[in-house]
Amino acid sequence: MKHFEMDKSTDIAWCPGCGNFSIRKVLIETLQEMDLNPTQVVMASGIGQAAKMPQYINTNYFNGLHGRGLPVAVAIKAANPHLTVIAEGGDGDMYGEGGNHFIHNIRRNPDIVHIVHDNMVYGLTKGQAAPTSPLEFKTPVQVNGVINDPINPLPVAMTLGATFVARAFSGDMEGLKKILKAAFDHEGYALVDVLHPCVTFNKINTFKWYKEHSYPLEEGYDSSDFESAMKKALDTEKFALGVIYQNKNKVSFNNRTWLYQQDATPIVQRKRDINKVNALLKIEA
Amino acid sequence: MKQELSIVLSGEAGQGLQTLEDFLVKAISKSYYVFATQEVMSRVRGGNNTLEIRVSNTPVATYRSHIDFLYLLNNHSFYRVTKRVSDDSKIFGEEDFLSDEERDQLVGTFVPFTLNDYATEAGSVLFGNTVLFGHIAGMLALDQDHCHALINERFSHKKDKILDGNIEAFKTGYELGQAYQEHHDLQNREDEPLMVLSGNEALGIGALGGGCNFISAYPMSPGTGLLTYLAGKSNDFGIFVEQAEDEIAALNMNIGAWYAGARALTTTSGGGFALMEEAVSLSGITETPCVTHIAQRPGPGTGLPTRTAQEDLNLAVYAGHGEFPRMIFSPGHMRDAVELAQKAFYFADKYQVPTFLLTDQFLVDSKFQMAPFELDAKYLESSIVKSTEDYKRYTITEDGLSPRSIPGFGDGLVKCDSDEHVEEGTITESFDVRIQMNEKRLSKKDLLMADYQYPELIGPESYKKLIVGWGSTYGVLKEYVDQYGDGETAYLYIKQPFPLHQDIKKYFDQADTIINVENNASAQFSKILLLELGVTVSQNLLKYNGEPFSIEEVVAYMKEV
Repeated sequence: MKHFEMDKSTDIAWCPGCGNFSIRKVLIETLQEMDLNPTQVVMASGIGQAAKMPQYINTNYFNGLHGRGLPVAVAIKAANPHLTVIAEGGDGDMYGEGGNHFIHNIRRNPDIVHIVHDNMVYGLTKGQAAPTSPLEFKTPVQVNGVINDPINPLPVAMTLGATFVARAFSGDMEGLKKILKAAFDHEGYALVDVLHPCVTFNKINTFKWYKEHSYPLEEGYDSSDFESAMKKALDTEKFALGVIYQNKNKVSFNNRTWLYQQDATPIVQRKRDINKVNALLKIEA
Repeated sequence: MKQELSIVLSGEAGQGLQTLEDFLVKAISKSYYVFATQEVMSRVRGGNNTLEIRVSNTPVATYRSHIDFLYLLNNHSFYRVTKRVSDDSKIFGEEDFLSDEERDQLVGTFVPFTLNDYATEAGSVLFGNTVLFGHIAGMLALDQDHCHALINERFSHKKDKILDGNIEAFKTGYELGQAYQEHHDLQNREDEPLMVLSGNEALGIGALGGGCNFISAYPMSPGTGLLTYLAGKSNDFGIFVEQAEDEIAALNMNIGAWYAGARALTTTSGGGFALMEEAVSLSGITETPCVTHIAQRPGPGTGLPTRTAQEDLNLAVYAGHGEFPRMIFSPGHMRDAVELAQKAFYFADKYQVPTFLLTDQFLVDSKFQMAPFELDAKYLESSIVKSTEDYKRYTITEDGLSPRSIPGFGDGLVKCDSDEHVEEGTITESFDVRIQMNEKRLSKKDLLMADYQYPELIGPESYKKLIVGWGSTYGVLKEYVDQYGDGETAYLYIKQPFPLHQDIKKYFDQADTIINVENNASAQFSKILLLELGVTVSQNLLKYNGEPFSIEEVVAYMKEV
């Protein structure tokens, strides 16, 4: 492997058997196969086990604050639209702490790929409930079991007008790669919710459980039909895997701005003319 | 004969005082020294708002409590200003604008002023503000042609009837106002032409001069004005403007934009800034620059949303967990608002630190005069380097600054981390590296002192008493020393309250008495003086009711010193 792969000596901090390993492998393969240059790709992440992903991929990254990967990612893309931008983190990072950014960046439709590792539990802080944890799930904090309803991110995203909504499973690496490629090809906000087991803290939603509770979308599935897609997205008895909904007709964030409609040059490559500023410091006639 | 006039219009929200202020200040500035400030209630319609315009034979940049000419614009516009009129005040208004009680206890002279009738005669009751404009213009014997031109400029896109009516309304007012020319001895200014601008405009122009090309902010009074100004200029200057979903997003976007190579700004007030604190710390450890404007208002909590204060100096100084350097600038006059806003971007880039513009409602919303000048293109120069294949974002260097590159610029990768990191930017838990990186970051505090923005000493150099103030108290303290000074009192205007340079200790060593003046209740700056320089102030003049200092308050206080 070349480019996006790290040195063999890289010390990866995840638990052996963690679903993150598969996601990492597939993401690297996807970036390689899409022939992207690592210098032109940026990953923005928050905090959590999933948010450590940029540490283990050879590309630009900004690993910021818990929950704040999205605002950083969107701003990077706004400042320099030439870059390929990925926001990546876990369910707590993106749907919990960063929930407000999740909601409002869907409204913006920024041209970024948003990968959320969804293992229905908190890993880094050692086993508390995630926003996606099922009811009755017992943890050292939720000692009598979870009493808050879990968030189902896909229909949330869809009702807000998300233009690309997908669910993947780390155990189906081929499926994940297909979805990621479609996400990178999509112009606009692409949410990829990746189900994966936490071998240390989630003994309920195991690899076997996910396998039994998910299925790939049938051949010929029409991802452009909002209503049938919503039905798929809402079904949590068995999770549909694949690109559940895609709308190719919405303009992305940067292209909605007058700024980039007039001139596609990234703002970071433009020069400010001091004379034009100094004209504001003259007395009006 | 009065060498200056304080003219106050008292009305309510929605009566167009803002537009009237624009007209008046521009027109008056051509002939006189002028300053204007509004005090408004936190409501969109109704209540009581006042506009004060000070016109003088000497430069003015603060408010006077005493009112010479008061215009009442409705029947509930007097009760809040009764203490500000005296025997020589003239009060204009409709007969029924005063209650019986107010009439009984009235000091000053009430002059019946049938504004609505005058406006209606000119064509429409809507021309009232133009009658007022004319009245004050007549009182001050302003150049009528210039005033007509201003009206033309404003209404040229409207129907002739509206334009002509406004000119007619102006003339009516002007004729009536002329009767009051004998009440003052104002002389036309003979120095260079001066421009008029608000603190918001000054900061905005400075930001443009500093290369600001990205602004993400969440609206909060009084910080919103700068966002509005830059949004207004965004199409002309190529600025990416985004109203963030919350303040947390605003500063995180700001930092993301800087990381990608933009020069970004966030503007807010204390409450919004409190939400941004974690991101300030993010800027600190990732050594990603960011610029934040904090327009202060009284807190805690929601406090007094439309009023002024200097209560958030401590907040700015200590914002963010962990230890890292920062620069805080507090402009007190318009030229500094422009220049420090420009430099805030340059220094943030140069030293890879968060920089702050710490202003307040009084400074950003009031209108001041300024001599035109030109900004230096030097502050647009960037410290960003092109990366090579072996680039490391946090290279340990001799001077403590790691060359900063941006993604996509060169053959290297730019890895930034909010975790403690090695030179490459990846996470580490090595205690040795932690010490190295922490010391590298903190060493920038000494470096950035090379660009310390020194204070200005105003008044006699052989002073025995020293008044010290930071930021917007400049106008009132300068006026005090210039116009009322006793020959042995000087004023030290601090424009960078943190960190302080040891060199400025000498100003305090010379003084027998040090008087610290602040718009807060706990004398925040006096504690920074003690902590940073070992200077103990003798007395504090503090005001924290939500209003700026009036010149009378400073004069009265200094008499007691």
